[in-house]
Amino acid sequence: MMKRKILTISNLTKSYHTKNSETLAVKDFSLNIHEGEFIVIVGPSGCGKSTILSILSGLLEPSSGEIIYHSQTYPLSIGYMQQNDHLFPWRTILKNVMLGLEIQGRATQENMDKVIKQLKMYGLGKFLNSYPNQLSGGMRQRAALIRTLAINPDILLLDEPFSALDYQTRLAVSEDIVSILKKEKKTVIMITHDLNEAISMASKVVVISKRPGKIIDTHDIRLSSEGDSMLQKREAPEFMDYYNKIWKELDVHVE
Amino acid sequence: MSNKEPLKLSEHEEFLIKIKKENFRVHTARISILILFFCLWEIAAELSWIDPFITSRPAAIFDTLVLLNANGELWRHLFITVGETVVGFMLGTIIGTLIAVLLWWSPFLSRVLDPYIVVLNSLPKVALGPIIIVWVGAGLMAVITMSLLISGIITIINVYGGFHEVDQEKIILVKSFGATKKQILQKVILPASFPTIINALKINVGLSWVGVIMGEFLVSKAGLGYLIVYGSQVFKLNLVMTSILVLAVAAVGMYLAVAYFEKKIIRHL
Ligand SMILES: Nc1ncnc2c1ncn2[C@@H]1O[C@H](COP(=O)(O)OP(=O)(O)OP(=O)(O)O)[C@@H](O)[C@H]1O
Ligand SMILES: [Mg+2]
Repeated sequence: MMKRKILTISNLTKSYHTKNSETLAVKDFSLNIHEGEFIVIVGPSGCGKSTILSILSGLLEPSSGEIIYHSQTYPLSIGYMQQNDHLFPWRTILKNVMLGLEIQGRATQENMDKVIKQLKMYGLGKFLNSYPNQLSGGMRQRAALIRTLAINPDILLLDEPFSALDYQTRLAVSEDIVSILKKEKKTVIMITHDLNEAISMASKVVVISKRPGKIIDTHDIRLSSEGDSMLQKREAPEFMDYYNKIWKELDVHVE
Repeated sequence: MSNKEPLKLSEHEEFLIKIKKENFRVHTARISILILFFCLWEIAAELSWIDPFITSRPAAIFDTLVLLNANGELWRHLFITVGETVVGFMLGTIIGTLIAVLLWWSPFLSRVLDPYIVVLNSLPKVALGPIIIVWVGAGLMAVITMSLLISGIITIINVYGGFHEVDQEKIILVKSFGATKKQILQKVILPASFPTIINALKINVGLSWVGVIMGEFLVSKAGLGYLIVYGSQVFKLNLVMTSILVLAVAAVGMYLAVAYFEKKIIRHL
């Protein structure tokens, strides 16, 4: 089955300039992304992962290189989610989730109904009119994801979306989020530090070297697990092979 | 003991009672100090320990108050001073915030104007009094301008500082939705800085009083500041003391009103 190509990144390079230094953060990063893929990027801290996502989201200009979106809809809509949920404490959950639609002038009754339905579906129905500080970390993260999904993006960019959560919540929320994203048939590029998370969520893992970030290797993940849950996937016989391989690739390049 | 079985109080109840007792003692002490102070003042004047001609005395202050109330003067002066203060601090807050928005909007402008703001802030505004009088005339406007200047500059500095403390990632978030500069201001900067602005309000009440009384000392023909200056010039210390007392009550009243307003609003944040 040949999936449609949705994004081509070629030779992406980015340097940061400050008054007395120049930092080469990303060098010659190239990747093809197909519809429905769940790409997870792993790499040592400071290797330029967040930089890559910022550039893909359009918030940052690359120094050189090209990004081509193969999209029927223009402009292609991108959902960008950061490490912290950044729910606004002065807005209710519903109003927080509506933020993107509001900014894009699409806060119609119809879209609002859709958002409310989604909030209900993902267990936040009782909290529509609550303020963020009344929610648990996991619930907040789910609300942040729904806020990102509300604008109906073609591609989702997730920058360590679970790192603010404790282990238990993290497992539950990542499970939720994978199932949400599967149901909504989204293309995802995610960054994580957690190899377990990477292998159990991804359809493809991209390993990046230390700064300046270059691709060391990519792994198409195929797990013959019983079920689809995170824990079941972690029990698949291939899981440890992937884990060891990726771990070694990262380890070798730490020096 | 005579009571065989005293009522057993829970630990929490005992704790509450303890707090109540403590509060009662604090309040009693506070009020006692006030009463003691006035009594001592009166007795000292009565026994000629002090000269009531230059220190006044509570009984005379009370008489003055009654007189001023009867002929309506008290209310006229109070009304004028409170009016000037309210207008001064509202204008200071609004204009200060608007200028802060302008500076946020244009980082270039903000960098250019930075040294001027520093100078204006360091300069004792009372020095500008004579210029203000020349420009806007010796009257109500001069007093309000003085008060506006004092509270406005501080508002600019505080609110602009607040704008810069807004979490950069929140701005990135709305930018990722394609927000325009105006939307960033509306949806993030202003609501996030709301507590800062309310806080500026609180500071400005105090500063506006300073500006207004200073202004009235310099120019005015009415108001509590005028009464104080006039009273001291004609050696009516009773009038001076009475005005100061009324001023103190009015200033506290206004501070409490703003604090109440703040509490009401902040509750929703
Ligand atoms: N605005 C900036 N100005 C200057 N240098 C920057 C800036 N942002 C990032 N860098 C530098 O670029 C490099 C890559 O940063 P980036 O945030 O992309 O790394 P990362 O892989 O996301 O790291 P982490 O895993 O810790 O989140 C780092 O060395 C960082 O110091
Ligand atoms: Mg990062």
